[in-house]
Amino acid sequence: MCVTIKVENLSKKYVISHAKIEQYRTIRDIIPQKIAQWKKRLNNTFAEEQAYEEFFALSDIEFKIKTGERVGIIGHNGAGKSTLLKILSRITEPTSGKIQIHGRISSLLEVGTGFNQELTGRENIFLNGAILGMSKRDINQKFDEIVSFAEIEKFLDTPVKRYSSGMYMRLAFSVAAHLNSDILIIDEVLAVGDIQFQNKCLGKMESLNQSGRTVLFVTHNMNAMTSLCNRGIVLNKGRMFFDGSVHDARNIYLDISKERIFSIENNSGRGGSGDAKITNIEAIIQENNQINITIKIHIEKKLQHRTDMQIAFGIDAEDGTRVATLLSSWVDFKPKVINEEINAHCTINNPALTPGRYLISASIIFQGETLDSVKHCATFSILSNTTSFHIERLPDWGYMDLNFEFNNTQPLLHGKSNEN
Amino acid sequence: MTKPYLVIEAGKTEQRYWQDIWNYRELLYFLAWRDILVRYKQTVIGIAWAVIRPVLTMIVFSIIFGKIANLPSGEAPYPIMVFAALLPWTFFATALNDAGNSLITNSNLISKVYFPRLLIPVSAIGVCLVDLLLSLIILCLLMFAYQHSPPWQVIFLPFFIFLAISVSLGLSIFLAALNVTYRDFRHIIPFIIQLGLFLSPVGFTSSIIPEQWKYLYALNPMVGVIDGFRWAILGGDHKIDPINISISIGITAILLIFGIKYFRMTEKKFADVI
Repeated sequence: MCVTIKVENLSKKYVISHAKIEQYRTIRDIIPQKIAQWKKRLNNTFAEEQAYEEFFALSDIEFKIKTGERVGIIGHNGAGKSTLLKILSRITEPTSGKIQIHGRISSLLEVGTGFNQELTGRENIFLNGAILGMSKRDINQKFDEIVSFAEIEKFLDTPVKRYSSGMYMRLAFSVAAHLNSDILIIDEVLAVGDIQFQNKCLGKMESLNQSGRTVLFVTHNMNAMTSLCNRGIVLNKGRMFFDGSVHDARNIYLDISKERIFSIENNSGRGGSGDAKITNIEAIIQENNQINITIKIHIEKKLQHRTDMQIAFGIDAEDGTRVATLLSSWVDFKPKVINEEINAHCTINNPALTPGRYLISASIIFQGETLDSVKHCATFSILSNTTSFHIERLPDWGYMDLNFEFNNTQPLLHGKSNEN
Repeated sequence: MTKPYLVIEAGKTEQRYWQDIWNYRELLYFLAWRDILVRYKQTVIGIAWAVIRPVLTMIVFSIIFGKIANLPSGEAPYPIMVFAALLPWTFFATALNDAGNSLITNSNLISKVYFPRLLIPVSAIGVCLVDLLLSLIILCLLMFAYQHSPPWQVIFLPFFIFLAISVSLGLSIFLAALNVTYRDFRHIIPFIIQLGLFLSPVGFTSSIIPEQWKYLYALNPMVGVIDGFRWAILGGDHKIDPINISISIGITAILLIFGIKYFRMTEKKFADVI
């Protein structure tokens, strides 16, 4: 398998103005600005121009994509996904770095780019096709296919401004789906249309993949990504956060976006007498396969000198199944109150958990009475490459990653154990 | 089939830019085709509008300058004299306006798809060229009506059409690129057109310009173009001055070179600032 896309040290810098957000610059704005700058320079040659700030939409991005890979790119709004796609599709120029691309690339950053409201469906197919890089011959050849996929035979000669939004989207996607390129870049186009059409689009994209096409797919739709892609890249604040299996990427993305997590302040699972208050919980997976859970608890004055309080953690799978419970008294741990606060941290060595995402609940207990408890307010993800699974767990495989081995036994030797 | 190989690097201009333009030539055609289609959608008389505008202007000019102001027209009838100049001028004015604003009106394309951006203003000029060719047919009819046969120089008309295209292209791509960053040019372009109409020999002949100002006047490249059109279409006492034409060609070349240079220089930032 050869490398189709190779990205090295890619960065993109934007200069953002703090003074005010301008849609565009006019000379009237620039002249007073320049004069002010000159004045400033005359007064103080080392004066910083604080009105502008450099902002890196992408920094030091590096990856290689092999032919036929389907890569899902996920991240929060502003993580740099769209900037990356824009650079890859040559719409904008990188500030530094290098990209090598082998093959014909076509990008779909928007459904119906260049569609003209006044033109008919037929005319728009030709126009949009040409804009996306199809030749007139290609379009003529695929015209019938495009029309039947979009299911708009009846309205071919109606201006698209009279189309329903669904018809419009179907037509637009249909043109793009029939592009003849080696690399397809898609930005969030499946967010449109009804479920039925979305499934049709996914089906079409799967069949495109069968033909060995490389696909880059930016999305917020985790289901679409896990069903379509075989590799995931997570971008966070313009940097590569994760690059690996698509399920791990999904879990990590959900972790950093704190998805399906309750906040501590407004925890719906809150309970207890209220003499203590859990104020913070964080879980971090260390490089050496340790999970570190840190907790911060505020304690009321009357309990300040008690040392027999217990901290309990519950670890649940994403579906809510309790996987493990950890109670501090089981390991003879006595939380210490300093300045009305408990700061404790719990280490789990080699968690025997299958790959996936886990949610943490916590409570503080004193003499059998729960002082405070919070539900699902922290999360961690076990990555597939740190377990014996190496692949994504299927839903009915359970949650334990047991340390096991298999051996062949000798069938003839009854009663004797196998030495090996 | 070998797969294309592409390198994207900061600050590096595309080496195969001109080849790319050639590869996208069909898009050029489709963009122009779209503009022509859209312009006359939902109109009753359709493409006739392309003809009505210059004809009406010609009538107004003939009355005001020919009859009221009594400016001389030489041997040729005044309407033909005016129309011969209105052709290149209308072409220049619409080209400047349409192509100069073309990047802004197509900003949705620029921020979403890659193709050589030069295609956008060029296709806008292509649309104006279609109008020019239509108007030429009207001119033929007009000349037939006035029984004015063209002189032998008419074979040079294609050259002056080419010169008109070059002037319009050079200036409009320059303005279009500036317009992306500085929207002031959206207001400057109509001003250039309005003023240019009086600074160019449209309603009068350039022979009324005093001898000592002649070459200064020729710095307006449209002077050479319009004189050339008149000479090629009317002949007779409409002469062309080789030095005037050379100045026009020179200015055009400068505009074209700087226009393309500036356009290419700023092109990669279009998507960021538009």
